Amino acid sequence: MSLATEQKPTLETAINLGLLPEEFEKIKSILGREPNFTELSLYSVMWSEHCSYKNSIRWLKTLPKEGPHMLAKAGEENAGLVAVDNNLACAFKIESHNHPSAIEPYQGAATGVGGINRDIFTMGARPVAQLNSLRFGNINNERTKYLIRGVVKGIGDYGNAFGVPTVGGEVFFDDCYNINVLVNAMSAGIVKKGKTVSAISYGAGNPVFIVGSATGKDGIHGATFASGDLHEDSAEDLPSVQVGDPFTEKLLLEATLELIDTGAVIGMQDMGAAGIICSTSEMSAKGKHGMNVWLDKVPLRQANMLPWEICLSESQERMLVVAKKGMEEVVQQVFDKWDLNCTQIGEVTEGHDLKFYFRGELSAQVPAESLVLGGGAPVYEREFTEPAYMQLNRAFNPKTVPVPVDLKQVAVHLCTHPNIASKRWVYQQYDSMVGTINMSSNRPSDAAIVNLKESDKALALTVDCNSRYVYADAETGCAIAVAEAARNIVCSGGIPSAITNCLNFGNPYNQEVYWQFVHAIKGMSAACTKFQTPVTGGNVSFYNHSKTGDKEIPVFPTPTIGMLGILKDKNRMMTLDFKQPGHAVFLIGKTTDDFASSEYLYSFHSIKNSPAPYFNLDEELQMQQVIIQLIEKGLIASAHDVSDGGLFITLLESSMPRNLGFDISTDEDIRKDSFLFGEGQGRVVVSVSEENLDAFVDIIAEAGIDFINLGTVTQGEIKIDSEDFGNVSCYKELYDTALEKILN
Amino acid sequence: MLMKFGVVIFPGSNCDRDMIYVLQNILNQKVEILWHKDHDLHGCDMVILPGGFSYGDYLRSGAIARFSPIMNEVQEFADQGGLVLGICNGFQILCESHLLPGALLHNNNHKFICKNIFIRTETDESLVTSKLKIGQALKIPVAHGEGRYFADENTLKELEEKNRVLFRYCNERGEVTDTANPNGAVNNIAGICNAGRNVFGMMPHPERAADTTLGNTDGLHIFRSVLQYAIA
Repeated sequence: MSLATEQKPTLETAINLGLLPEEFEKIKSILGREPNFTELSLYSVMWSEHCSYKNSIRWLKTLPKEGPHMLAKAGEENAGLVAVDNNLACAFKIESHNHPSAIEPYQGAATGVGGINRDIFTMGARPVAQLNSLRFGNINNERTKYLIRGVVKGIGDYGNAFGVPTVGGEVFFDDCYNINVLVNAMSAGIVKKGKTVSAISYGAGNPVFIVGSATGKDGIHGATFASGDLHEDSAEDLPSVQVGDPFTEKLLLEATLELIDTGAVIGMQDMGAAGIICSTSEMSAKGKHGMNVWLDKVPLRQANMLPWEICLSESQERMLVVAKKGMEEVVQQVFDKWDLNCTQIGEVTEGHDLKFYFRGELSAQVPAESLVLGGGAPVYEREFTEPAYMQLNRAFNPKTVPVPVDLKQVAVHLCTHPNIASKRWVYQQYDSMVGTINMSSNRPSDAAIVNLKESDKALALTVDCNSRYVYADAETGCAIAVAEAARNIVCSGGIPSAITNCLNFGNPYNQEVYWQFVHAIKGMSAACTKFQTPVTGGNVSFYNHSKTGDKEIPVFPTPTIGMLGILKDKNRMMTLDFKQPGHAVFLIGKTTDDFASSEYLYSFHSIKNSPAPYFNLDEELQMQQVIIQLIEKGLIASAHDVSDGGLFITLLESSMPRNLGFDISTDEDIRKDSFLFGEGQGRVVVSVSEENLDAFVDIIAEAGIDFINLGTVTQGEIKIDSEDFGNVSCYKELYDTALEKILN
Repeated sequence: MLMKFGVVIFPGSNCDRDMIYVLQNILNQKVEILWHKDHDLHGCDMVILPGGFSYGDYLRSGAIARFSPIMNEVQEFADQGGLVLGICNGFQILCESHLLPGALLHNNNHKFICKNIFIRTETDESLVTSKLKIGQALKIPVAHGEGRYFADENTLKELEEKNRVLFRYCNERGEVTDTANPNGAVNNIAGICNAGRNVFGMMPHPERAADTTLGNTDGLHIFRSVLQYAIA
């Protein structure tokens, strides 16, 4: 069949492919004719939510993108690029793999890891650290346990074999994720400035290669799948889930970096969502050229694949390389050395059209620009309304909540709660030490510290989002996510530099969900502006909800923040553990009588509706600047931020690494449960040695910041207002083993 | 007193760069990179098979790598008394090649394990433990899915009687206990040598505990022991 003779698809076909009627019309007007099935398929994936950002881009554009260290702005490259020092830059990005992981947890999570790492090394950066942010449903459900085991093993098996350490992450459980788990994977890589490669194609006559794995039918329409609903029959979408091969990815990494060194590369892009059509169209649109592609030359792993299947396949571990004409041999030699496929499948042309040929016939002809975000892809503005539940959140009255008689019971409840207890069952399955750069392996810190062997500096990396706060108040909650990320970096001795985000929300056509999205963006903008941490990129994942009958229940709005910070002097790394009995313990930042949206309120009292916890952006920044100053002057022995579980858990976490304890007094003006378990933001616990005490007090007094002298570090006993709360060793046993008792 | 180390890179090796960094940048020794397709050891004093997932560890850890072209030369070199050290995947490859006895099975909890563990020095009569004291506990990380050392009774008997067990998993006080055994290895064995005492294998990663920047340098004791070779 050729373009002329093929039977043309109808509106119904377009709708079945996930396109809207007006989008079908738009395609006809772009082409000036009826599209054939292959062409329609190309548009359907490129204009899917996943690739086009059509329902989010309008708001994403309002995020702050300028910063003193930015080398590549959001959307310009596969990942954000930030200057680390005069020689080095860091490429980093976070991405979701939610829907595949909900259906096939092992491969879904594994290919998420593979995809995000390819985004980093396709730019010429060698990945040095990985993080992940995972959300699961009720941990006591058998299905949740199956999903956790699969996701963790998938991330581990892929990342471990790929050989890049997993240095940090978060795991959170809530019923709202029972059906639709969230798997967000982040990677950071290092590249010498000026050695980066762009995802661009230009220069008529230049050869186009496909390298890496052969192409199969896996993952066809994966991008469309990711942009649709999860429903009862979703397991039947299994072919939409791709299969990962970390061994090939490792070879592809080494070969790709070697290839870049040869100088033969014009541009390069990995093949992730939407496969060949995505990389050919995005690279061509960016370079303002066309491309001829001979689909029969693509190495296939199964017979009888049709042109549209080859174009849309999301087979993993593949790259598209546009090389300089005359250097074909050089490219071939590198991939031969690494025993990888390397096949010329096309060439760059003048003009703007992508032409796909198959068995001598023209299968599809489309203008590259018309397919891509920022070009012809549709952009929508959606309406939004405040969710009805916000009334309930505002109506919360803390006075109706009794102070428990036995606060020790709360302490035990929290330290064994899956959201707070040690995640070692998870992270010990990840290789956290390969690469010999993880400075936090032996010295625990709030953010993961990554050594740069060629520099005096180190990176600080963290992923954060308490989605319960975002549900409570999208704008404040998302600002808190940014603030907490910054706080973790500051507490580790770093200066916050930039963020990447992974925006996990429900159905954008649901006005209440869209309200959450819009307000989260507003909160993120405000906080990122305040901390001077521009948004370098990331991704949006909509349609995260479960369906029962006709009712969609969205997950908590979950805008995961991945933040990069820089330690100017790696010797000034700060750790979270108390160092010696007798050290004074201080709480820096304003303490309020507040336990809204705390784990304590939510799971101990089972009160699900309350506002976000206390948060003030200006106070937060001021507090962080004081911590930076204290670390620079070498005046504190430890720093650990107050977050999930409140002050008690923070003190416990600082005590456990060295089996120390604490003896503190609470404030009689504040409810004791608020004081110990409230999650008011903007606070950090520090410990100070006797010799530094005077200089320390001078600085915090001069800064005029709120602080409380809590008490002292002990040999191991825990005392609060002289009441014996037991020994740290008992809590440590409970804290360390809570998760494995459920999962083993 | 420089030594020349040859670090073999198999497809899928991923601890090669870490090993080279320790030898070259921290210990200032010479390093030759040995590509798996080559047939020349370039006159190295010691060949190191680094950790990783050679050939993806498909089929069985180390099972394919033993057929790499360079392994012919490594085999010959070892047979002639040349020094060979395998770490983690390297240890697995040495067992698959029969340069060391026994096998490394799936961890008894069937999960990959990465954490700091302690190993007790069992002998000072080997190059890699020559500077250590018997009973000395070292904190060294492990990172493996197939690290449970296993051998038949006769082999075990010989290993024990001939003083060929280099390290056993232990607690921080140097006590060899079941709870200190991360993978279920028989007799808590973490590292062994061959009868000729020139081929060494261990699951823990000393190269991950050799940089003051990372806060643990216990692994340097092992490398410093090896460097005795250059003095002797």
